[in-house]
Amino acid sequence: MGILEVKNVNKHFGGLHALKDVNLSVQENSLHAIIGPNGAGKSTLLNVLVGKLVPDTGSVMFDGQSVLGRKPHEINQMGIARVFQTPEIFGDLSVLENVLIPCFAKRDGAFRMHAFETVENEAGLREHAEEVLADVNMLDKRHHSAASLSRGDKRRLEMAMCLVQNPRLLLLDEPTAGMARANTNRTIDLLKDIHARRDITMVIIEHDMHVVFSLAQRITVLAQGTPLVEDTPENIKGHPKVKEAYLGETQQV
Amino acid sequence: MFGLNRRDTRFLLIVIALTLLTPFILQPFPEGSALAQFNAGYPDLMQRIAIFGIFAIGFNILFGLTGYLSFGHAAFLGVGSYAVVWMYKLLDYNVLPGLVLAIVTSGLFALAIGYLSLRRSGIYFSILTLAFAQMSFNLAYSVLTPITNGETGLQVYTSDPQILLGENEPNVPHLFGLAMNESYKLELGGWVFTFNVGYYFTAVIAILAFYLSLRIFRSPFGMMLRAVKSNQTRLHYTGVNPRPYTLAAFVISGMYAGLAGGLLAAMDPLAGAERMQWTESGAVVIMTILGGAGTLMGPVLGAGFIKYLEKIFSKINENILEGWFAFLPEGMREVVVWVLSRFTGEGWALTLGLMFMLVVIFLPGGLMEGGRRIAALFRRRPETGKDDSAPGGAPAE
Ligand SMILES: Nc1ncnc2c1ncn2[C@@H]1O[C@H](COP(=O)(O)OP(=O)(O)OP(=O)(O)O)[C@@H](O)[C@H]1O
Ligand SMILES: [Mg+2]
Repeated sequence: MGILEVKNVNKHFGGLHALKDVNLSVQENSLHAIIGPNGAGKSTLLNVLVGKLVPDTGSVMFDGQSVLGRKPHEINQMGIARVFQTPEIFGDLSVLENVLIPCFAKRDGAFRMHAFETVENEAGLREHAEEVLADVNMLDKRHHSAASLSRGDKRRLEMAMCLVQNPRLLLLDEPTAGMARANTNRTIDLLKDIHARRDITMVIIEHDMHVVFSLAQRITVLAQGTPLVEDTPENIKGHPKVKEAYLGETQQV
Repeated sequence: MFGLNRRDTRFLLIVIALTLLTPFILQPFPEGSALAQFNAGYPDLMQRIAIFGIFAIGFNILFGLTGYLSFGHAAFLGVGSYAVVWMYKLLDYNVLPGLVLAIVTSGLFALAIGYLSLRRSGIYFSILTLAFAQMSFNLAYSVLTPITNGETGLQVYTSDPQILLGENEPNVPHLFGLAMNESYKLELGGWVFTFNVGYYFTAVIAILAFYLSLRIFRSPFGMMLRAVKSNQTRLHYTGVNPRPYTLAAFVISGMYAGLAGGLLAAMDPLAGAERMQWTESGAVVIMTILGGAGTLMGPVLGAGFIKYLEKIFSKINENILEGWFAFLPEGMREVVVWVLSRFTGEGWALTLGLMFMLVVIFLPGGLMEGGRRIAALFRRRPETGKDDSAPGGAPAE
């Protein structure tokens, strides 16, 4: 049994069958990549995992508990964090505050009336937040407004916001999209390092094969809403079905 | 001190000093001088500024921090006034029990209205709060007459029980015998300064209200409220449920409004349904935006500005203008007086409207942003590394 078990999940958008009988098993502490052409349903699958979408049929179990029917904040409190395809951050707040909020959420739960405490006095949380900011190489920007960051920095900030919660499962939707090569390589190293140092399971969606093959231990290929194959990177590389899925895409374009 | 860092403590002390010295600050011109009509150091006006300052400080906790724009906060103002007058009728003219009741009832009322309205956001939320407030106004005006005395308004009659009324107790609102309308006049040279019990009572409460808002701004709770405004989606996926946070902010701001309404009845022992009208709800929105939503001092500044315009500008009639421009030749004088009188006297609202437009267009951060820009002009020196002890872009004073 994996830490994440997706069974027979189907999702329709009107006439579009976006997820077709999706089965997926992710092993604890593994680094699992999901690849597939545009519109394959990768983001839709993540949306189901974090409670943004409810599937028409099927089940999603995380660590033996069903996530279906739970609200996104409840699913996060179970230990699942997500980096979005377009960064979701608190633009009006400073970088440090962006990272402090998940710290408070982790410590205090979904709601606490902490109106008579002072953010400044939370030295422990602040230290932890700054450590994680240092991990993603953003400590020097902690007083910048988050909205003023470059796209790559926003992604790394969002990653820090997830990591600071020590999630058991981290879902990453194209974490290197729009990054320069050097930053992409830095992100690969960062993710490798995080994975090596913590008990964390990662599911990563990526188009960049360089990223996928440097990171993944298992790869699932999704096409038109259905998983085609799941295997190790070595076996995926030469797999005829994978070539077909991607070739099909290039012909359409 | 007071759970604040050094910068905030200094800021609070300045606010306290300014509040306590208001009778001097708003009375800059000697009595009898031509400019004396611009003096604003009258107990009635100062007290109103403090009361609407409290109203706006509370409103800012909801609107300034979470971005939820309520158009129905006058309902809570009205509830507060009714609560205080009822305590006058049942117990006696001591204002304290009434103010406590005002805060409690407006809080409960806000809990109900907030619970329902916060199911929607944006414009739908605003419309819902407006609808609830107009409903409350209509109820107070008609169906609930036994409680609100309808059109006439609620007031104290000699036939009322007033069970705690003592032998020598003042027959006006008071605090343990200290009558609210009592004043002490200080004459210094040509100047006359008035120190009024009601103003100082309101001022102390306003300082407490301000302090509370300062603590909320600096708290994790306040940070969550700003996060609600910034990105609710991210908040959900960060494990936070925004709903109870916004509801708490709504209730707190409702209680501030109730307290302000109660204080209005402490000034003048009357409560009428018109206090629940949408115009009052709109006024607090304008005060907050004019001063600077989301800043600590902005709402107070906005409240002061509007109340000042309302009282002082509205007194400038054509006769006064004629006097000022007596030096101009006949025809020209009439034109100038005619034009200016559109903006003064009964036309004060036009001046306010113009100012509001200019501020919204050129100073989206309100008067506070104007102040900051002017300060920046004088500072010359570019800002070097921010104070490291402050958690990032904490909203400015
Ligand atoms: N909320 C929605 N409503 C309707 N259709 C949707 C919705 N979300 C996704 N879709 C459609 O479902 C299909 C799968 O979309 P999805 O975003 O999951 O693809 P993807 O694999 O993440 O693609 P990409 O690589 O471009 O991000 C697409 O055809 C998309 O248009
Ligand atoms: Mg996608």
